[in-house]
Amino acid sequence: MNNSQVEWGAAEDAAPYGAAASPGCRSPPPLLLLFFLLLHLKTGGASSPCDVMTAASAVSSEVQPNETLTHLKTESDTLKTKLEEERAKLHDVELHQVAEKVDGLGQFIMKTRRTLKGHGNKVLCMDWCKDKRRIVSSSQDGKVIVWDAFTTNKEHAVTMPCTWVMACAYAPSGCAVACGGLDNKCSVYPLSLDKNENLAAKKKSVAMHTNYLSACSFTNSDMQILTSSGDGTCALWDVESGQLLQSFHGHAADVLCLDLAPSETGNTFVSGGCDKKANVWDMRSGQCIQSFETHESDINSVRYYPSGDAFASGSDDATCRLYDLRADREVAIYSKESIIFGVSSVDFSLSGRLLFGGYNDYTINVWDVLKGTRVSILFGHENRVSTLRVSPDGTAFCTGSWDHTLRV
Amino acid sequence: QQAYGCDKRPVVRADPAEARPLTSNPLHAIEDIVTLIQDETDGVPIRTVKSFMTKIPSVVTGTDIVQWLMKNLSIDDPAEAMHVGSLIAAQGYFFPISDHVLSLKDDGTFYRFQAPYFWPSNRWEPENTDYAIYLCKRTMQNKTRLELADYEAENLARLQRAFARKWEFIYMQAEAQVKIDRKKDKTERKILDSQERAFWDVHRPVPGCVNTTEMDIRKCRRMKNPHRVKKSVYGLAEEATQSQSPVHTPLQLCRKGTKEDVKKEILFLNTQLDRHCMKMSKVSESLISYTEQYMDYDPFVTGQEPPNPWTSDDPSLWDLETSKEPGLQRVKKWGFSLEEALKDSAGQELFLKFLESEFSSENLRFWLAVQGLKRMPQQEVAQRAQDIWAEFLAEGAPSSINLDSHSYERTNQNLKDPGRYSYEDAQDHIYKLMKSDSYARFLRSNVYQDLLRKKVNGKSLASKRLTGLMQSS
Repeated sequence: MNNSQVEWGAAEDAAPYGAAASPGCRSPPPLLLLFFLLLHLKTGGASSPCDVMTAASAVSSEVQPNETLTHLKTESDTLKTKLEEERAKLHDVELHQVAEKVDGLGQFIMKTRRTLKGHGNKVLCMDWCKDKRRIVSSSQDGKVIVWDAFTTNKEHAVTMPCTWVMACAYAPSGCAVACGGLDNKCSVYPLSLDKNENLAAKKKSVAMHTNYLSACSFTNSDMQILTSSGDGTCALWDVESGQLLQSFHGHAADVLCLDLAPSETGNTFVSGGCDKKANVWDMRSGQCIQSFETHESDINSVRYYPSGDAFASGSDDATCRLYDLRADREVAIYSKESIIFGVSSVDFSLSGRLLFGGYNDYTINVWDVLKGTRVSILFGHENRVSTLRVSPDGTAFCTGSWDHTLRV
Repeated sequence: QQAYGCDKRPVVRADPAEARPLTSNPLHAIEDIVTLIQDETDGVPIRTVKSFMTKIPSVVTGTDIVQWLMKNLSIDDPAEAMHVGSLIAAQGYFFPISDHVLSLKDDGTFYRFQAPYFWPSNRWEPENTDYAIYLCKRTMQNKTRLELADYEAENLARLQRAFARKWEFIYMQAEAQVKIDRKKDKTERKILDSQERAFWDVHRPVPGCVNTTEMDIRKCRRMKNPHRVKKSVYGLAEEATQSQSPVHTPLQLCRKGTKEDVKKEILFLNTQLDRHCMKMSKVSESLISYTEQYMDYDPFVTGQEPPNPWTSDDPSLWDLETSKEPGLQRVKKWGFSLEEALKDSAGQELFLKFLESEFSSENLRFWLAVQGLKRMPQQEVAQRAQDIWAEFLAEGAPSSINLDSHSYERTNQNLKDPGRYSYEDAQDHIYKLMKSDSYARFLRSNVYQDLLRKKVNGKSLASKRLTGLMQSS
């Protein structure tokens, strides 16, 4: 099977026989049997498997230092089990049980209030401006458009030199946008008031990865950008100089998404990847401070709960989950039997009571975060919903879709 | 171990023993459903229908499918069942026998299930040569039901132009296929023809229909057929070049751990074990109380005044918020936490004013300066860090702040190599001080309470005026 092949390829330090030579608990692998046979012949008597095992491990310990890879992996697995046990002790109740005392939400009437047409291909990403009405969106055909979503007017348009612009972000000042994708870079474009000015000319290349750019976000200022990439890393960059300020290693596969902690005093962010892990990072040290692995497939989107004490994730396993940082644990899962397509994008309403999820089945499901139930399902897009963000003042949320449109 | 929301029930799997890992086949959830729906005992009634001189083999009605989906996926609303069903059809797992458009209707329309050979999980990427052969052979069959639709005829014409030089070869292949088909039993042919047509409806959809074979490029690399070997539907020898995907890095499965990785992991796990965590009950209470506090401010939950600009088409709400005259709601929010007060520029201003009256404004000014430091371009950081030291911490500094000796020492050390995080300890200490001391007094202070009172009165005055207007008219 493929798996074992890869295992062999990567585990250069593994004992030559592959399997752990733990005494007496497994049938000896073929090479070992040969060894046993030879030993048997040599000694002319009955040598027990134990003798062979000791002899074999004597051989292998001559070849290897004390800590074999398998040894370490066993230690790691033991720790994981122990950690799970410790956490489980604090798992005294479910969130939705405690939330039974909370009033239920009434019926929701959510309608599309604006439809933004103008992209010629799949919309992949969007972000709100702090002014609560402007948005930037990017698409597969390389176009990045800035809209006044309130009037539906296009205000700026840039054509990137690459296709699949998967990431875009609005600068906090509202004076620039960042974007990137298959070009493996994140570039910043200052937005000019002069409509005739060629934005592409003022482009500034900030981030450089070795694979596609999956997400980008300005920190609290126009001066730093945080990026995530298909190369498995995240990175913090100084916009002015393009200097790499910090890199974040730890994901074992593509990183697909990130979100900065909302706190004014915080220096952390969360990222989600194809390794099914959501990692919380300290921006100052580059260290991963917490990690969560309960999803069964790629994590496409992560978003902090407004207080910053928790975050939600959306995955190809068709579920959204809520993780609390203080409990260091998954505290809720949002799923239904009828939802079988992956979640592409999630975001909270202002109070954190509602979680909006954009799905690959073209719908938006609205969840009651505390009670764990779905309060609404919204139809309208004619293809996958690829991106979803709530506006800065929580008055609306915007979705982008493979049907080339955005809706507010 | 897992937490469950109220709606979660485990998905019905056709054969749990054969549950395949998601990453190898992201469509497994759908395929489990498609397998179960065809089950003899638990599935829909698939039968042969007698119709006007002919028999329609192996079909089921749309209504039957909708009903089954509602029952087995716990769906209350038939519209939702139709939506899910339509998506499963659009992916290519079942199809209407008399329509190229793959969607599910809740009526007597007949549907047939697709052969597993043609399932999308087999990673088909049929070439245009195959499509040309298919359309070509269709024209060779003299049956009205197999006539080409307009868009198919257009496609055929285009392909004839594109493959002008190869056309003799394609024609021959089509003839060969027709020969093979003729040998099959009549009923079998009906089924196979329809399945073949449905396959092409997925890979060459009707114009205007969603092409469900389009893939998210980020996921392409790890798919079952990573080098995109294109196998022919009609058994043609492989075409000369394998086309490269734009992201042509070698196949990367999840990096298996090297010794270094595992050692790091062990270190990490040990750190996590030492972490002091909160109980779920406490965490739940905290989340609930935060949300409940802010629900009045959540436009999706509580109606706002002035109304939501998106529904009313009136941007007054935004004009009000940018004005320096904060409304009652905003002023109240400053009382939620120091963070809220500082987030709002008007709140920050008032707090600063208060601190000035207490002669302790240097704390907030220091905190703000450090925030500013962290947001600067890298080049300017070192200088700014020195400036902050001079202003707030040096001996005889004009805005001297009070730090504990430990933080002071650490900061002093940090300044030897000044960076944007040199003041983290100090800033943290000062923030805690403001939070526990000055902020509490601020909330009780005249300057804040007076403002609150003013806003409350202003509000009730406004409503009095309104009612007054209504009464007089």
